Amino acid sequence: MMDEKYLQSIPHIDEIAHRGVFSGVPEKITDTFQNRSREKNKLLPSLEDAIQATGLRDGMTISFHHHFRGGDHVINKVVDALARMGFKNLTLAASSLAAVHAPLVEHIKNGVITHIETSGLRGELAEQVSRGLMDCPVVFRSHGGRAAAIRSGELHIDVAFLGAPSCDPYGNANGYSREEGGTLACGSMGYARTDAKYADQVVILTNRLVQYPNAPWAIPEYDVDYIVVEEDIGDPKGIMSGATRYTKNPKELLIAQTAANVIDAAGYLYDGFSMQMGSGGASLATARFIRQMMLDKSIRCRFALGGITGQITAMHEEGLIDRVLDVQSFDLDAAHSLKHNRFHHQIGATYYASFLSAAAVDQLDFVVLSALEIDTDFNVNVLTGSDGVIRGAIGGHPDTAAGASLSVVVAPLTRGRIPCVIDKVNTVVTPGEVVDVVVTDQGVAVNPRRPEVAERLRKAGIHVYTIEQLKEKAEALVGVPDPIRYLDRVVGVVMYRNNTIIDVIHQIDES
Amino acid sequence: MELKQTAMAGTMESSDIMVTIEPKSEGGIELELTSSVMQQFGRRIEEVIRETLQGLGVENAAVNAVDKGALDCTVRARVSAAALRAAGQEEYPWEVGQ
Repeated sequence: MMDEKYLQSIPHIDEIAHRGVFSGVPEKITDTFQNRSREKNKLLPSLEDAIQATGLRDGMTISFHHHFRGGDHVINKVVDALARMGFKNLTLAASSLAAVHAPLVEHIKNGVITHIETSGLRGELAEQVSRGLMDCPVVFRSHGGRAAAIRSGELHIDVAFLGAPSCDPYGNANGYSREEGGTLACGSMGYARTDAKYADQVVILTNRLVQYPNAPWAIPEYDVDYIVVEEDIGDPKGIMSGATRYTKNPKELLIAQTAANVIDAAGYLYDGFSMQMGSGGASLATARFIRQMMLDKSIRCRFALGGITGQITAMHEEGLIDRVLDVQSFDLDAAHSLKHNRFHHQIGATYYASFLSAAAVDQLDFVVLSALEIDTDFNVNVLTGSDGVIRGAIGGHPDTAAGASLSVVVAPLTRGRIPCVIDKVNTVVTPGEVVDVVVTDQGVAVNPRRPEVAERLRKAGIHVYTIEQLKEKAEALVGVPDPIRYLDRVVGVVMYRNNTIIDVIHQIDES
Repeated sequence: MELKQTAMAGTMESSDIMVTIEPKSEGGIELELTSSVMQQFGRRIEEVIRETLQGLGVENAAVNAVDKGALDCTVRARVSAAALRAAGQEEYPWEVGQ
């Protein structure tokens, strides 16, 4: 028989084997698969039990995903429970936060949450943070930057609480299910995958326990520690609506048409191209014009990336787009397509946009992105409004702008009396170095870094303005705005996609 | 121009301004302005309102203006219309102020 003494006589044994001599196996389970699914699994009776089981302590970091958007009930529910249980001084690291998370204001005031990391903030929480609610500045990261920070350990997650519209008793969880029935779906759970993979402890909150194996899964069982069944994890109406509608706003349609013409003229609409459409009326509408051009030219798109909408999946089903890479499904049509179309793939945040590895954004020909403000250095702000208050999210903006061969930023020249092309953006989110073309309803400007693009546009009969000319056009219409007044205190730190600090957000001065 | 009655012009729609003018016998122009773009354009809107009233020869009035991001031309038009209505004037000096 094998013993330790004999083992030591084998050359190099310490280098090739590390766990010593075989010493028998635990007792074999002989119950049926169905019985053991019921009795030996990761289910706990309540959220409080799960919190206790994770060993969460004061000062630790908890994380959440934002695939339930405005319909999310998970964050408020979990933080309420943590407050009741007496936790303090926690860092809340969400992939993003929405207006529905206003109740966090109270939990910040009572010391349960003392730091926030997120892609964006909206509503009452954003207003309060802009007015100096938190002592420690909020850290804003792009989706790719967050994935990189989690993987590198800059953002270490102790416990992830992840809502999932379907999960089996061992933790295979997804944003939909191929089982019959079920009323809640969020489509892709791409951002949650990163949390599940790297968090020390993972709790799945699900409203729908299905039989093992819940295939396909977004999150595999080996990344999950505990499962809690909660009847209400989100409001389907807030999570997604039917199909994202095409805009009827003539200004946005004009911008979309121009953006499509720019992409074509720049040479990126060829057979086998790749693309991403950002959210926002004009950038979504660009897909409609791209589609017509594709039909006219008889060309196909190799892959569409990103936040996926019904417009993209309709083109996929028409045979115009070969592959869809979906990190986040924006509407029910997109979620339906993910469930039924075999070439509509769910991808995680790292695969999507992390700068630490080759990512899908690096393979983009073009991306069409919205903006709140663009300045004469082509810097883009998508985070703070014209009054200086936080009201947006970085999302994948800098990731896709940097990765795509041609980044097209679309915005109306003015919104009401507010000019969108200005001298200096309130907050730099995406640096001008990665922004190639700005398309407004009143003209197009090309970054001087890309003279060949300007030349191609001119040849195609598109008038190219300088960015300064666009700024002057805006000023001629609305006048020159007085600058926003800020206090010295920093309330937010904005990271570029490589997690270096690109800008800070100051508390607004309302005196 | 002599104001005889309280009058208003404009709407609360975005890119408009609602201006109410009330006659007063003394005290100059008393202006109450709220704006959706107060920080950036409050100063300019006030300037345009005062200039327009001065151009019409209105010296004393209580003016309430609720701005929803109106451009200068709109501010001038709404202030003029409200002032002329307050004065009961139907002969419009189309060339005024320019």
